[in-house]
Amino acid sequence: MEKIHMNIDGKDIETTSDRTILEAARENGLRIPSLCNEQRMEPYGACRICLVEVEGARGLLPACYTTVTDGMVVRTATDELMRIRRTILELILSDHPKDCMTCESTGNCELQDLAYEYGVKDHRFRGEEHHYEVLADNPLIERDYDKCILCGRCIRICREVQGVGVYDFVNRGFDSVPGIPYNKPMMESPCEFCGQCVSTCPTGAIISIPSKGKGRTWQVEKVRTTCPYCGCGCQLDLHVRDGEIVEVSSPVMVGPGQGNLCVKGRYGYPFVHHEDRLTRPLIRKGGELVPAGWEEALETVSKHLRKAMDGKGPDSIAFLSSARCTNEENYLLQKLARAVVGTNNVDHCARL
Amino acid sequence: MTNSIEDLEEADCILAIGSNTTEGHPIVGLRIKRAVMRDDCKLIVAEPRHIRLCYYAQQWLRHRPGSDVALLNGMMNVILSEGLEDEEFIRERCEGFKEFKKVVEEYTPERAAEICGVEADDIRRAARTFATADSAAIVYAMGITQHTTGVDNVLSLANLAMLTGNLGKEGAGVNPLRGQNNVQGACDMGALPNVFTGYQPVTDAAVRDRFEHAWDVDYLPGNPGLTLMEMMDGAHKGDIDVLYIMGENPVISDPDVEHLKEALDKVDFLVVQDIFLTETARYADVVFPAASFAEKEGTFTNTDRRVQRVRKAIEPPGEARDDSWIIAQIASRLEYDMGDVSAPRVMDEIASLTPSYGGVSYARLEEGAITWPCPDAGHPGTPILHIEKFTKGKGLFSPVEYKPPAEMPDEEYPLILTTGRLLTHYHTGTMTRRVRELDELVPRNRVWVNPADAERLGVEEGQEVAVQSRRGAIKLEARVTEKVGEGVVFVPFHFGESPANALTNPALDPVAKIPEYKVAAVRILTGKSMAGIEYSISTI
Ligand code: SF4
Ligand code: SF4
Ligand code: SF4
Ligand code: FES
Repeated sequence: MEKIHMNIDGKDIETTSDRTILEAARENGLRIPSLCNEQRMEPYGACRICLVEVEGARGLLPACYTTVTDGMVVRTATDELMRIRRTILELILSDHPKDCMTCESTGNCELQDLAYEYGVKDHRFRGEEHHYEVLADNPLIERDYDKCILCGRCIRICREVQGVGVYDFVNRGFDSVPGIPYNKPMMESPCEFCGQCVSTCPTGAIISIPSKGKGRTWQVEKVRTTCPYCGCGCQLDLHVRDGEIVEVSSPVMVGPGQGNLCVKGRYGYPFVHHEDRLTRPLIRKGGELVPAGWEEALETVSKHLRKAMDGKGPDSIAFLSSARCTNEENYLLQKLARAVVGTNNVDHCARL
Repeated sequence: MTNSIEDLEEADCILAIGSNTTEGHPIVGLRIKRAVMRDDCKLIVAEPRHIRLCYYAQQWLRHRPGSDVALLNGMMNVILSEGLEDEEFIRERCEGFKEFKKVVEEYTPERAAEICGVEADDIRRAARTFATADSAAIVYAMGITQHTTGVDNVLSLANLAMLTGNLGKEGAGVNPLRGQNNVQGACDMGALPNVFTGYQPVTDAAVRDRFEHAWDVDYLPGNPGLTLMEMMDGAHKGDIDVLYIMGENPVISDPDVEHLKEALDKVDFLVVQDIFLTETARYADVVFPAASFAEKEGTFTNTDRRVQRVRKAIEPPGEARDDSWIIAQIASRLEYDMGDVSAPRVMDEIASLTPSYGGVSYARLEEGAITWPCPDAGHPGTPILHIEKFTKGKGLFSPVEYKPPAEMPDEEYPLILTTGRLLTHYHTGTMTRRVRELDELVPRNRVWVNPADAERLGVEEGQEVAVQSRRGAIKLEARVTEKVGEGVVFVPFHFGESPANALTNPALDPVAKIPEYKVAAVRILTGKSMAGIEYSISTI
């Protein structure tokens, strides 16, 4: 991998020879539109929205698919390129429902963003439109191929990243969609419900059912945190609206998962709002656990601790800490055991 | 893990043993799959069950549950007899090689094959693949540790890595995958009976002195405390008067549920601090309502030693409070002032007392994760351990002999039960089973039975059966599948209505005190013989 110098839209930049034009531009804060490209996958070069002009090259080149060379001079926004992009977008929109009002992906749709940016309002092409049935054959993932732009990202992320390969292009020509072979329901496919396909779909064609209608991207606050399930430690963005977690996503190219999650991390959050959550301290009275105030509960516990400490001694008390709790909480609990009560009887369920 | 999760993609060979990685640790599984798909990494899976990873493997070794040491010794025997070991690494960085070699020489592939049920030639092939790779990584999980020979199993894996020079470099290492989100952190923080934070022994007077000073107390006990299992035994004997459980649900996760329930009954006073009224909390005298991960600030340390932030997104429901507040309240009622227990301040205290966390601070965590050891603020963290030398001088080879599991099948209980996880559910199910969508995906427990066994027993797919061991019995549906070998049945442990751990054997590894979840002798009952078996501890 060597260092190289190149020029994009009049700006001299330095990068390395393993980069594509799109990556080099991105790293230098220059934006080239893309649709079929996503960082988690190999370049594909299908949508042509990223075409750029490279000095000395015959024809226009897809920025996502072309690796940089030393001395390369690139133009990304000539009149011709703008015209081509507008045409591509018009073609896509000619067979795309314009129901952004109710679409789950509004505000988080790459197609919508480009239509906005390029001012493509309506289309000159009138033709046949698809009307597929919305597929909700499982509790988590809904597919509406009317909104599919055939970028192939779902197919590729499932195959290349998740290593499963649930989808493939089915049907031919005009009717081609990224379906499940033999139209099998998802529950009968090898799908692992990781939601990677949901996370990469640039439009509203593949969405998560549990978050439907729960909030637009600008209505939620995103809080970065760590997954509470297994030891991989994937990074999560909790989407919060009015005190409720309405969706979970993962920042692309960040943390152990790089934007990929498993079914627990992506869809396992609703337990937080479950009606079974404990909301008041409970004290056993007459054999039953009954609600009580904090003061009484804390007093009762400290009294029993004190009694045991003064009676049989600190080693008649034992603490179980938790592999589910934070480092700070674990630290404080062993401090409580050792410094306050005076016993080393502290363990957790790591072994289980 | 000695190496990082990302680093697995650099490996030329990966041995995944005792780890159903794609279900237990899906994102690590994803890395392994990518290493195979993108970079032609050769994957060897050693696992009694057919797991998803087998589809990506060059070789699948279906060894008998509990025969890991025999299999590994057999592989190492081949490596030595064919001269494939890394002589320089052994000479420069290890000791104890001679004694180790003497034991391994006894385990010809033929002898190993007899014990573990894998063909001798397959053992040879796996040994060659592993030893001739430029870099070979080992990944393991509870399938290695949850045995009475758990420590032996782990030592054997260390032997294999040292023998082939696969430590302290990219794409290699011995990589245990920890079961729960913060097991690593709980251990690092000294939630263990014999160590303070950062594994500083309680028996070391100088260490105690430092903590006494920092915590402003006159005296800290120097005798190691009780492990979880010993606490439960202590409770049985009446030695434990108060048991304080924060955020754990041993009534489902403990082997031998009955024994544990009796122990909880015997304890004079049981305190449970949790987010749900778990199976365990039902036994409590006082239950404190705690905050969930989304309702508090803090850090988790993941399986590759990465310290990462947990951030508060919402308020806890009702009067629930975070665990730190509760602990500090108890302390102050026992006349100890914990001071400011906000997470950043507590982390500063941890850093000041824990060399491996010395450079961890909330200011730095804002920039991203920190991988310990990170001794000071300027240190970048350590994604790969043991690069130039081992933390403790020389790497020690351990001579390890095969020992059979504590309970082997016999005429009365002819099947081997092994337990484990499913992708969709988590641990004791308190969280995932309360997510409607997840419960719809996998609503009930099933026992996996090999078709040959099923036929012999007259069991059909979907039929209700009972699985019984010497300790208990549960009722559940049968899943007839080739994924388990003949003579082996598998039961996931997430389901309170048919708890696998009513069956498992509480026999412990003598050193690590980990129970043998992965091997127990059971039998399957059908029809009338199931009468009277009704076992459920579910609260969901
Ligand atoms: S959820 Fe995951 S496994 Fe299922 S189709 Fe999407 S990417 Fe593939
Ligand atoms: S469903 Fe989405 S990701 Fe898949 S091809 Fe269509 S637009 Fe692309
Ligand atoms: S998202 Fe899945 S793989 Fe990632 S930490 Fe959570 S449970 Fe583990
Ligand atoms: S983004 Fe380059 S061709 Fe689609």
